[in-house]
Amino acid sequence: MANEILSALKKDYIHSLIVEGKRADGRGFKEMRDISVKTNVIAKAEGSAYVKYGETKIVVGIKLQKGTPFPDSPGDGIIMTGMELNPLASPDFEAGPPREEAIEMSRIVDRGIRESHAIDLKKLCIKEGELVWMIFVDISVINDAGNIVDASCLASIAALMTTTVPEDAANGFESIPLPIQNIPVGVTVVNIDNTLILDPGLDEESVCDTKLTVITENEGALSGMQKNGAEPLLPETVIEMVNLAREKGAELRERYLSNLSIRG
Amino acid sequence: MSSNQTDVVFFDENGLRTDQRKPDEIRPMKIKIGVLSRANGSCYLEWGANKVIAAVYGPREAHPRRMQLAGKAVIRYRYNMQSFSVEDRARPGPSRRSSEISKVSREAFEPVLFAEDYPKAAIDIFVEVLQADAGTRTAAINAASLALVDAGIPMRGLISACAAGKVGGKIVLDLNKPEDNYGEADLPIAMTEDGKITLIQMDGHLTPSEFEEAMELVQKGCRQVLEIQKAAILEKFAAVMDSDEEEADKEETEKTAEFEPETEEFDSDETDEDDINAFVAEISERLAKDVSAVIRNYESEQIGMDIDLADGLFEDDEMDAEDLNEIKNFISDADDEEDDEKIEIFVIDADELDVSEEDEEESDEEDDEESEDEETEEESEEADIDDSESDEEDDDFEDEEEE
Repeated sequence: MANEILSALKKDYIHSLIVEGKRADGRGFKEMRDISVKTNVIAKAEGSAYVKYGETKIVVGIKLQKGTPFPDSPGDGIIMTGMELNPLASPDFEAGPPREEAIEMSRIVDRGIRESHAIDLKKLCIKEGELVWMIFVDISVINDAGNIVDASCLASIAALMTTTVPEDAANGFESIPLPIQNIPVGVTVVNIDNTLILDPGLDEESVCDTKLTVITENEGALSGMQKNGAEPLLPETVIEMVNLAREKGAELRERYLSNLSIRG
Repeated sequence: MSSNQTDVVFFDENGLRTDQRKPDEIRPMKIKIGVLSRANGSCYLEWGANKVIAAVYGPREAHPRRMQLAGKAVIRYRYNMQSFSVEDRARPGPSRRSSEISKVSREAFEPVLFAEDYPKAAIDIFVEVLQADAGTRTAAINAASLALVDAGIPMRGLISACAAGKVGGKIVLDLNKPEDNYGEADLPIAMTEDGKITLIQMDGHLTPSEFEEAMELVQKGCRQVLEIQKAAILEKFAAVMDSDEEEADKEETEKTAEFEPETEEFDSDETDEDDINAFVAEISERLAKDVSAVIRNYESEQIGMDIDLADGLFEDDEMDAEDLNEIKNFISDADDEEDDEKIEIFVIDADELDVSEEDEEESDEEDDEESEDEETEEESEEADIDDSESDEEDDDFEDEEEE
């Protein structure tokens, strides 16, 4: 999180590195940390994923419950996303109900899944107007070393892609793999001294002027975007950031998500 | 405990349990220390199908201020279940059950921590249950104990926890999920290295003689857990035995000597060397002793042979039989390589060890700072721990898992 107090020296250090074209951990500006995606890590969950972005560690568990549909969409399943910034993940996190930043981030992830129509909610209807499947996407941040939001997006969709909807014999609903029809990927671009950087580490995150998280779908269309930070952005910078995020998003989707399937 | 389900079969024709364990056998345990970069100390632990992760922060300034205690550190323990850790999604956030577990677990650690050394500070222990399968509070305590070690927080000794229970009229160790759900009693305890109980809870139905049997068994379980914990610490910190480290230690001592003229006058180079040797010998001896005990235990019980979820959360991190072999080989290698006198310490022979231990203790008194760090474990044997809190017994706590 950006609220860690950095000494002015450190801030200078990061800035001067960037002027020299370098980053503290030796990465290129558009290079991600090592990413690993592991699915089906929680046997009790209907779907789960453990994602690492360098030292940032996220576990996502998907639980399904039967519930009443919303009156305005009687034939659609329901999706709910929650994020917990566990106090074990960082000295800056405290126990208690989610606060601003956790709510903001979980809503970014939620938006990506919802707006890209990643899940065919129609197929989650058990009895129209009465009973539908509710999908709970619970994001648990285990270690915060920066860029939680990207890791959460990736972990959430990876967990969803490996989710099985259980059967409900009493109502004649047969078990199906969760119907996925799109794969949204979130990529955050930060702007430090007019240099665009991907996958910010903790220190970079705390010195950056502005973050822009862009969620792209299969064909490169945008399904969500969120600016975070007080510094304004020029329109041309935004375009540049979006293009960068689209490019990287496609790469991540191809590399980490395209081969995922149930129990795979 | 719902004991109405008499139709559940707990033992097969060979007397083995539903998961093929003997009645006095604990589930396989896998431990990895130091898994979280932000925490001062952390530990990931799998026990059967339980997956827990513990982190320790502190001693740090207690916040909010009103929580600060003038004369000692406030110790905070948070046991929390992830909503996806159980069959039916749990509501996120603290429940009555988790609050109670947090409280008794905190009290389990208070006797071994030197809270009075850190006025106005907080020692925070957070444990997240990622996957629950009966016995999460004991798994959490075992992980927390190692996270405290990893955080370098001085302790009088480790805390080890295990549960015994009654299923099908029989006393068994370390209940699994079906046993926990349909069994007749559950008795989780936590104890110090010298056998003092710091947490005890019970629910269900036990006759006095059954209770005694269960107590006997559960202490045996805790001692097994303790050995596994020690092996995990060894695996993480065994580098002390590395000759490179020895070199570094030596250099460090010499450096310190330069800065403090007094020390230089006092200790000639030779004494320094002796001190280091004595220190290394003492450590190696203790490690050798512990490892041999653990290896014997592992060989007989074949723990960690083939665990279903071996590629769990932290892939290359698990300690298994192979690692233990490595440690074993490492010790025998060291045996071969070195050729001076202190080699004898690696001979795993109880009688000889006892003798050499006494010798070492004598020389301990002359040892310098470094060895003092390592002595905490030894001191714990003598430490007088006030166990007045330990007999706190909570009769009406809710079921182990919320199902």
